[in-house]
Amino acid sequence: MSKQIQVSGLDAYYGAHKAIEDVSMTIEPRSITAFIGPSGCGKSTFLRTLNRMHEVIPGARVEGKVLLDGDDLYGASVEPVSVRRMIGMVFQRPNPFPTMSIYDNVAAGLRLNGRLPKSQLDGIVEESLKGANLWNEVKDRLTKPGAGLSGGQQQRLCIARAIAVKPQVLLMDEPCSALDPISTLAIEDLMAKLKDEFTIVIVTHNMQQAARVSDRTAFFNLAGQGQPGKVVEMDETSRMFTNPSQKATEDYITGRFG
Amino acid sequence: MTLQQEAARRPRGVQHISTGRRVKDRFVQGLVYLAFAMAVVPLVSVLWLVISNGLARFDLEFMTHSMRGIGARDAGGGAYHAIIGTVEQVLLASAISVPIGLLTAIYLVEYGNGGRLSRAISFFVDVMTGVPSVVAGLFILAFWILFLGMPYSGWAGAMALSILMMPTVVRSTEEMLRLVPADLREASYALGVPKWRTIMKIVLPTAFTGIVTGVMLAVARVAGETAPILLTVFFTDSINNDPFSGPQMGLPLYVFDQAARPNDTAIDRAWTGALTLILIVMLLNLVARLIAWWRAPAKGR
Repeated sequence: MSKQIQVSGLDAYYGAHKAIEDVSMTIEPRSITAFIGPSGCGKSTFLRTLNRMHEVIPGARVEGKVLLDGDDLYGASVEPVSVRRMIGMVFQRPNPFPTMSIYDNVAAGLRLNGRLPKSQLDGIVEESLKGANLWNEVKDRLTKPGAGLSGGQQQRLCIARAIAVKPQVLLMDEPCSALDPISTLAIEDLMAKLKDEFTIVIVTHNMQQAARVSDRTAFFNLAGQGQPGKVVEMDETSRMFTNPSQKATEDYITGRFG
Repeated sequence: MTLQQEAARRPRGVQHISTGRRVKDRFVQGLVYLAFAMAVVPLVSVLWLVISNGLARFDLEFMTHSMRGIGARDAGGGAYHAIIGTVEQVLLASAISVPIGLLTAIYLVEYGNGGRLSRAISFFVDVMTGVPSVVAGLFILAFWILFLGMPYSGWAGAMALSILMMPTVVRSTEEMLRLVPADLREASYALGVPKWRTIMKIVLPTAFTGIVTGVMLAVARVAGETAPILLTVFFTDSINNDPFSGPQMGLPLYVFDQAARPNDTAIDRAWTGALTLILIVMLLNLVARLIAWWRAPAKGR
């Protein structure tokens, strides 16, 4: 199910502005990789290049290579839609579809790609909601609107929606930044469970979170205002937080930044 | 003034609202109510006039008979032919302008990206909004009837009306589509849903209620147009169910015609015609509201 991502020499642009420069890294399967760094350093931009969501923004483009188990995602003949089916994404703000019920939200990815009989769909919806630790809370109100759930539940609904299409990789862009500590804990527990099946990449501003959940951590930084962001250091999370090799990483992690 | 003086001058603790502010508050409140009343007075008085004068002939004969064989001074007669004409013409006009308007708005919001073509379209839509209704009628008269040699028909009227409807539909749909958060589109793309399906299944349903309201406003505007109808559907006293051949009638035209006649029976018919027109627009509105309510984003928890 889960695959390795290899990035080499990746640059991302918004129009003429270069947002990230020369990023190379390997993201291991069945593990959680965390991206940390100050705001505006390109963590989210980089995350979005991994499933070709970056180019959705007008004027945005990418140079370099992203290999998913050896297949170049930016190859000339690659269909971006198929990439996004393999690499799912959870966003910063919970964004369930407002016109759909809880059930329809989870089924959306499968249904909008058109197929599957109802019985099979029922099974996948239940499995995905259980996978997102939400089944017990919503099983009696699957036909109620998804927008009626609390923020934490909505975010788990979005995770259920993302894993229902059975991606190889799950990208999470600050999935807990809009949530309270209890919901955050629920989602962190969920991530630990999901990593048995998926390759997970998470962007976070919360360094404790990165330290708690991730196996490997990459620190992004930018040289100055208007400069492109770069990866300063990437290593095992335990080493990053105890004995980083770069001074900038240590400064950032210990809060002595800038 | 030193800081100490400043601090001493500033009253401490809870303050009471000064009389001056209370007076100002009352004054502005009064102005708002006055503006509201001024806006409502014409509406109420129009409704009152039309209803009180229109009820006299608001009967079964009016709804089921045409003006065929009704002499200049005769009582009786009805607007059945005009009702049929208006309903058919407005539906045809909607059938032309709603798909075109929707697709234009989708292009502008989802595909245009502020490019040269989309700016040009925006500009011409704005220009079209300002086209007087006579000009729309004259255009169809000159192009369809005089130049192409087509006969007067309900269809010609519908085309003239659709010219008036289209910009309204484009503008209101565009507004509604822009209100759909980009988050939802991204959520859909991230599930591997292609762009066109995202638009069909996520963006349009989310904006549906607003789009229906916009279309209804356009319909209401167009249903009462006299000039373009006058120039394109010609005129008839008989029932013509086929909008594609032969002259038709329309309610605004009927009111215009009857009101110009010098006897009271005709004037009564004109008032009832106006009342019927208002009712038809209200009915269409109601139907649209029902559809919108039924398809609205699910509420409650």
